[in-house]
Amino acid sequence: MTAAVETRALGKRFRRGWAVRDCTLTIPEHAIVGLAGPNGAGKSTLLSLAVALLAPTEGTISVLGRDPWRDPDTLGEVGYVAQDAPLYRSFTVGETLDFARKTNAHWDSSLATGSLARLSSNSRVSALSAGERARLALAVALGKRPRLLLLDEPFARLDPKAGREFLQMLMDGVADIGATVVVASHVVADIERIADHIVLLSDGRVRLEGNVEELLASHRLLTGGSRPLGRIGGVSEIVRERSSGRQMTLLARLSAPVADPTWSVDEIGLEELLLGYMAPERLPKPAPQERRRLQWHG
Amino acid sequence: MIEFHLDSRSGVATYLQIVQQVKEALRLGVLDLGDQLPTVREVVADLAINPNTVAKAYRDLEREGLVVARPGRGTFIADTLAAPSLQHHEALRRELERWLAAAMQAGLDEDSIRALISNTLREALVRRVA
Repeated sequence: MTAAVETRALGKRFRRGWAVRDCTLTIPEHAIVGLAGPNGAGKSTLLSLAVALLAPTEGTISVLGRDPWRDPDTLGEVGYVAQDAPLYRSFTVGETLDFARKTNAHWDSSLATGSLARLSSNSRVSALSAGERARLALAVALGKRPRLLLLDEPFARLDPKAGREFLQMLMDGVADIGATVVVASHVVADIERIADHIVLLSDGRVRLEGNVEELLASHRLLTGGSRPLGRIGGVSEIVRERSSGRQMTLLARLSAPVADPTWSVDEIGLEELLLGYMAPERLPKPAPQERRRLQWHG
Repeated sequence: MIEFHLDSRSGVATYLQIVQQVKEALRLGVLDLGDQLPTVREVVADLAINPNTVAKAYRDLEREGLVVARPGRGTFIADTLAAPSLQHHEALRRELERWLAAAMQAGLDEDSIRALISNTLREALVRRVA
């Protein structure tokens, strides 16, 4: 099986510094990927590298098994909606779809227009609401019947109702064409409902990547009395520790169930998991050698 | 036809919620042999969730022998969980409704009622095993 996107030690440097660094990841085909991370983490840069709007400074990226920079035909199979759903504001809805039909070799107008049922084709883009504009931009991307669909912060300007409508249209379109989807968002709640795969970026680096179900199954919150941390049976890595007085909470990656009865073990939600990997405690800091070893490897 | 609903705060994985709702409908006789489940497209459009999630739920149900997928036609109920006890449900429900009315009359709120029922059920199950 070809990966939809595969990067090896990928890096992009701008004048102000590295936006993406040492990024190695594999996005399996047909996955719906949440690309999470705070603003400025490198999400948009990574998507721009995937659609060859930017060239890598180092490392490689392959999209649908090909190099998008050397093989521009790849992009015919990739749908990309940049932040703020850029469209020609003076066009009408009809003209926008017409333009998309003429500029794309493969165009499925029934798929594109079918999902825009309540939009009049005579409305000007400039007169549309944020939600309508987002759906129009998505229709243009879906009409290509892409194998890979990349969406950059599609929910940023949408209220909850418009967000839900956008999501319904997206999921319905994906069920139809079977594309791999990457949705970049700094709000975990926006992607939690749909993502089956997560890539977490922070400061340009991949902090966590994998199948959501497997990640949730392998992480637990351990709560117990404060103590010096040694090896805990079943824990393969302590991701984050936080203590408040006599109590201590650990976010831990497990290799086996924790049997030690002095820890109470709880499941963890996706948002909390991602925050744990983003938290400053996770970042390298000057600390005694021994303590650091415990923190990183349990 | 069954309509799925999602509780995003329950912490239960989405595909499991779908599996559980089908099983519950089977237990209550809401779904019966030969009934059709909504198509993946219908569930996806309704709940705005990942099509892979719905497909996974249906695959799990198929593996348990509860449904069968007929390519191009849809997914159909192949087994029932209601069994012979279903005929007693109506009478038991009426008794339960009377009990609930009495509980509310006595001033119990929803949480207290739930707690009392699940507690009593747990103890009864333990006693049966013992």
